[in-house]
Amino acid sequence: MNKIISKENLSEKVTKLVIDAPEIAQTRKPGHFVIVRVENNGERIPLTIADSDTHNGTITLIIQEVGVTSAKLIALNQGDSVLDIVGPLGKATNIHKIGTVLCAGGGVGIAPLFPIVKGYKEAGNRVITVLAARNKDLLILENEIRHYSDEVIIMTDDGSYGQKGLVTVGLELVMQREPVAEAIVIGPAIMMKFAALTTKKYNVPTQASLNTIMVDGTGMCGACRVTVGGETKFVCVDGPEFDANLVDFDQMLQRLSAYKDDETVHFHEYQTCKTHK
Amino acid sequence: MKDLEYYKIERAQQWREELRKNLKAKDRTSLDRCQMVEQDPMQRNTNFSEVNLGISEEIAYNESRRCLDCADPTCIDGCPVNINIPKFIKKIELKDFLGAAAILKETNTLPAVCGRVCPQEKQCENSCFYTVKLAKPPVAIGFLERFAADYERNSGKISIPEVSKSNRLKVASVGSGPAGLAWAADMARIGYDVTVFEALHEIGGVLKYGIPEFRLPNEIIDFEIENLKKMGVKFRPNFIVGKTKHFDDLRNEGFKAFFVGSGAGLPNFMNIPGENSINILSSNEYLTRINLMGAIRNVNSDTPAPNGKVVAVIGGGNTAMDSVRTAKRLGAERAIIVYRRSREEMPARIEEVHHAIEEGIEFLNLHNPIEYIADEKGFVKKMILQKMELGEPDSSGRRKPVPIQGVTETIDVDVVVVAVGVSPNPLVPSVLENLEVTKWGTIVVNENMQSSIEDVFAGGDIVRGGATVILAMGDGRKAAEGMNKYIQEKFAEKK
Ligand SMILES: Cc1cc2nc3c(=O)[nH]c(=O)nc-3n(C[C@H](O)[C@H](O)[C@H](O)COP(=O)(O)OP(=O)(O)OC[C@H]3O[C@@H](n4cnc5c(N)ncnc54)[C@H](O)[C@@H]3O)c2cc1C
Ligand SMILES: Cc1cc2nc3c(=O)[nH]c(=O)nc-3n(C[C@H](O)[C@H](O)[C@H](O)COP(=O)(O)OP(=O)(O)OC[C@H]3O[C@@H](n4cnc5c(N)ncnc54)[C@H](O)[C@@H]3O)c2cc1C
Ligand code: SF4
Ligand code: FES
Repeated sequence: MNKIISKENLSEKVTKLVIDAPEIAQTRKPGHFVIVRVENNGERIPLTIADSDTHNGTITLIIQEVGVTSAKLIALNQGDSVLDIVGPLGKATNIHKIGTVLCAGGGVGIAPLFPIVKGYKEAGNRVITVLAARNKDLLILENEIRHYSDEVIIMTDDGSYGQKGLVTVGLELVMQREPVAEAIVIGPAIMMKFAALTTKKYNVPTQASLNTIMVDGTGMCGACRVTVGGETKFVCVDGPEFDANLVDFDQMLQRLSAYKDDETVHFHEYQTCKTHK
Repeated sequence: MKDLEYYKIERAQQWREELRKNLKAKDRTSLDRCQMVEQDPMQRNTNFSEVNLGISEEIAYNESRRCLDCADPTCIDGCPVNINIPKFIKKIELKDFLGAAAILKETNTLPAVCGRVCPQEKQCENSCFYTVKLAKPPVAIGFLERFAADYERNSGKISIPEVSKSNRLKVASVGSGPAGLAWAADMARIGYDVTVFEALHEIGGVLKYGIPEFRLPNEIIDFEIENLKKMGVKFRPNFIVGKTKHFDDLRNEGFKAFFVGSGAGLPNFMNIPGENSINILSSNEYLTRINLMGAIRNVNSDTPAPNGKVVAVIGGGNTAMDSVRTAKRLGAERAIIVYRRSREEMPARIEEVHHAIEEGIEFLNLHNPIEYIADEKGFVKKMILQKMELGEPDSSGRRKPVPIQGVTETIDVDVVVVAVGVSPNPLVPSVLENLEVTKWGTIVVNENMQSSIEDVFAGGDIVRGGATVILAMGDGRKAAEGMNKYIQEKFAEKK
């Protein structure tokens, strides 16, 4: 049981939870994630550790509501507890001092991007961050990211904030202008696919953090497998970050839809039950 | 190790002598082997209740009378932990059922589990006098073991092993499968301060996430775990040693030694085209979703799992049998085993294969998948099977399956479960420098189950690369003995 210390809504569908987990707070590094099970009969879902506080023994999770489990998690309040949290899982981001680093986050991918931006900055790099969202209301963590970036470029699909356009526009803007040593992109699979194609044009080595379906998160089941450079990899133990130009994003996109129909029905039932209560 | 002198003295006890005199050997051997009481096949293949319902006191008593209480009990040689088999069976003949359970527990930490899942036909029953010398069905040692253990559990008079005075020395297990549980019981008995770390949210390893409830109900494992808790064993689920905390952190917290029973959890795939299509899962994923997470079979579970009309399971071991029978129970119209060798060569327990046939499982032996074909959305739809024939015997004496050139068959499938084996869990070796491992990734240990790092012991599947419950438990016990010796010596040195 892990107690929720504080809760804050970042946008309509995105919530930040600070949760008591002293052991994980102590050992986790940028790039790591946890597996959370909210309650009995609950599903195990992976969530990035957005931040931690070793002094208070807490970790921060930023959750976008997309289905039953994420909805149940953000329905909890300060003082409530989450049944199970295990971690830190995955390989930490290989953060080092290299020069100019270009970070790109789309949608809720901004949450897992945040600890990496922070890590690169603290390692002494020049960090330029491109944040992309459908509209202004869906943009999260802008201030936190600004704090650790030398420059922030904001892109919205509808132009309601920053510049109008996709994340790739922001990326090109930077790469045309100055040399970039390394890039990292996190967001929906489709965004990562096109971001990778863009950075490839400029020969910028690029990492993508993959958000596949998972069960155990420890390499035991293979639910999270993807094809990278023609080989099958388990995202939970071999990743979550991979060379973006080697990832078969089309396959990953398909695999993400494995339970879509079941989940849509289940979510609908959950929401109907909730409103009837 | 079999201590002949000890068995002789035991056998010479008066009560045993008297029982032997009660009934002539000839009359004993003329009795028929008992039958397990089972749920009806067509009923059980729609539910997850246990298939074997157990035997009554009367049946158990009659079966115990078949045992000859041999002067050289060869059955004991067949048991990996050398249970004193004739003694426990003769206790049943005395109708001292609790006494029988106590004998089992001298050597076997989880007799209710082993009575259900051990491959007895390859072990004790295979070396029983009846099998070896009379060519008759062996004494039903497995059924009797299960009977005694269940009797004790249901009697409410369970004996919690006595625990010596605490020596306040902290020791830890990495993993809570049968190896870790057996190790924990022995260490607690000696008086150690025992913690069992487990990566998953449930305790029990494969016993919980792998073996389905129709073979091994969870309540049996939970009962044993409760007993361990009463002996003072602490359980820490959701804790990955090497991730949540490192070995060094735990050493600094005062842990004197570790037992690594982290299992062979890494699923193998065949690396054939189309294998990453949707609805092709490892047996670990399939069974975990359904057993551990309750997908489909528990209406309140939030976890989904694929449910199809035609489910093909690749493999011939216990894992494959468990998966295919699970699929049938979830409503598959066709639940098919696809195995590249012949039926006789399937490594699964004979009873499981037999049960599977009764339940309407189809078998495609001498077939091997070579490709999967998916629809435009990525869902598997067809599989191409290579037909095989048996060729020359290989080094193990088994006839090697070889492809019949050009002969393939394509069948429609909705779900495919890949159960072609597992590899050692790489996590612990990856975080412990200087830990000696084999080229297969198993941990190298000496005769005391001690690894190349002196405070790290190991056993079970992480050492054997995939074995059995009883071998894992045997390793756990041997490691406990070795570790105790190591700590005592090390401790004495310092004094
Ligand atoms: C390593 C890793 C880190 C992650 N970090 C975060 C994070 O910090 N914050 C966050 O909000 N989410 C994160 N995710 C995604 C998160 O795990 C999923 O959104 C969650 O599992 C959805 O569960 P659910 O029951 O709410 O929805 P479900 O009912 O499972 O799914 C609802 C819909 O979302 C889609 N979906 C399912 N899983 C994913 C996924 N992994 N990514 C995208 N869409 C999906 C499905 O197709 C379905 O249509 C991460 C995933 C991974 C693998
Ligand atoms: C479906 C199936 C059916 C089977 N049927 C039979 C049968 O009928 N009869 C039989 O004798 N055998 C059977 N087996 C084999 C038997 O279950 C195994 O040999 C046995 O469970 C091995 O025990 P173990 O303790 O070594 O490991 P496991 O039971 O694998 O337990 C290892 C545990 O360690 C945990 N772990 C791993 N790494 C860490 C870490 N770093 N920190 C914390 N925890 C960790 C894992 O999560 C796991 O729970 C079957 C196996 C399967 C999969
Ligand atoms: S070999 Fe068979 S008959 Fe002899 S003691 Fe063992 S179980 Fe009994
Ligand atoms: S989530 Fe099970 S292997 Fe990655």
